[in-house]
Amino acid sequence: MSEARHPLFMPLILVGGLIFGFGLGFSQMARPEVVLNFLQFEDFGLLFVMFGAAIVSGIAFAVLPRIRDSAPLTGDRYERRLKPFDRNVLIGGAIFGVGWGLSGICPGAAYASLGVGNVSILWALAGMFAGAYLQGVWRSKRAAADTAPAGAD
Amino acid sequence: MIPDPVPLQLTAELFPNGISRYAVGGLLVGLGAVVIYVGTGIAAGASTFLESTLSYVSGQSRFQQYVSSRDWRVVFTLGIVLGGLAFAATVQSGVITTSLYEPGTTGELYEVGGVTLWSTDVQAWRLLLGGVFVGIGTRIGKGCTSGHGVCGVGSASKTSLVGVATFLTVAIVTAQIVAALGVSP
Repeated sequence: MSEARHPLFMPLILVGGLIFGFGLGFSQMARPEVVLNFLQFEDFGLLFVMFGAAIVSGIAFAVLPRIRDSAPLTGDRYERRLKPFDRNVLIGGAIFGVGWGLSGICPGAAYASLGVGNVSILWALAGMFAGAYLQGVWRSKRAAADTAPAGAD
Repeated sequence: MIPDPVPLQLTAELFPNGISRYAVGGLLVGLGAVVIYVGTGIAAGASTFLESTLSYVSGQSRFQQYVSSRDWRVVFTLGIVLGGLAFAATVQSGVITTSLYEPGTTGELYEVGGVTLWSTDVQAWRLLLGGVFVGIGTRIGKGCTSGHGVCGVGSASKTSLVGVATFLTVAIVTAQIVAALGVSP
């Protein structure tokens, strides 16, 4: 990006990531075994990670727009940028569910897992990049075909 | 000995590792997302990093749409990795001790240079194959456990609530089937 960013933009992103990753380590959601134990109904504690985090962010999302109009480092408005619902949310969610249930790891927890020393998680990260690449190539091709239906390609 | 009252027994069965480490960890995860939101107005998710980082090496239009955010997403992910390492170097290593942290018995602990690190026992093929599904599914489904689960549910987005209900249900069914087939860990 050519436009100048606030000098504190990147440091703040880093600090946010640090707290986020520390929390994933402390909660042990960065351990696939703990996630699998939850999914197998052996330890329901993980509910407190997901809902605890959602409650904290929910309070901020609700309160901030009433205090300030825009974010100090970007000037962007505090507004809900809701993702539109379509079939992909169900299809993608189901595919993600198969992967999460098989491996016990999701993207954020995988990054934190690497940090706590879990070198084996590189298998999962390699898989995630491969999966993201596959769907990207397929969807880029389909988008190109949609915009040029009579194209010779 | 007097047996524990029924509610306590039930709690111990549902939460064999207590709830404090989960609750504290969840509050920190939420706090990390909030710090970024307060400063920048961005509701950050972790899985977009996969596609935005691919834009450095692939010209596919699907990845190129993330060029403007790819640099800070690398920094966010680096922060998450370093946050995990900071946890390992402090609480996991016993430098900071707190009754809120229940160490548990999963996986293997090992030491490098005085830092206690942790490694999973979950088999490599599960991580790799599961990772492929996670990579496809989170990007088609518009988000993962952080984008839909933390930020989306936090903002009461119906799309995210449906997304979370979908992947949580399918993950439970998948994990139970895999366990029933005798795969462990």
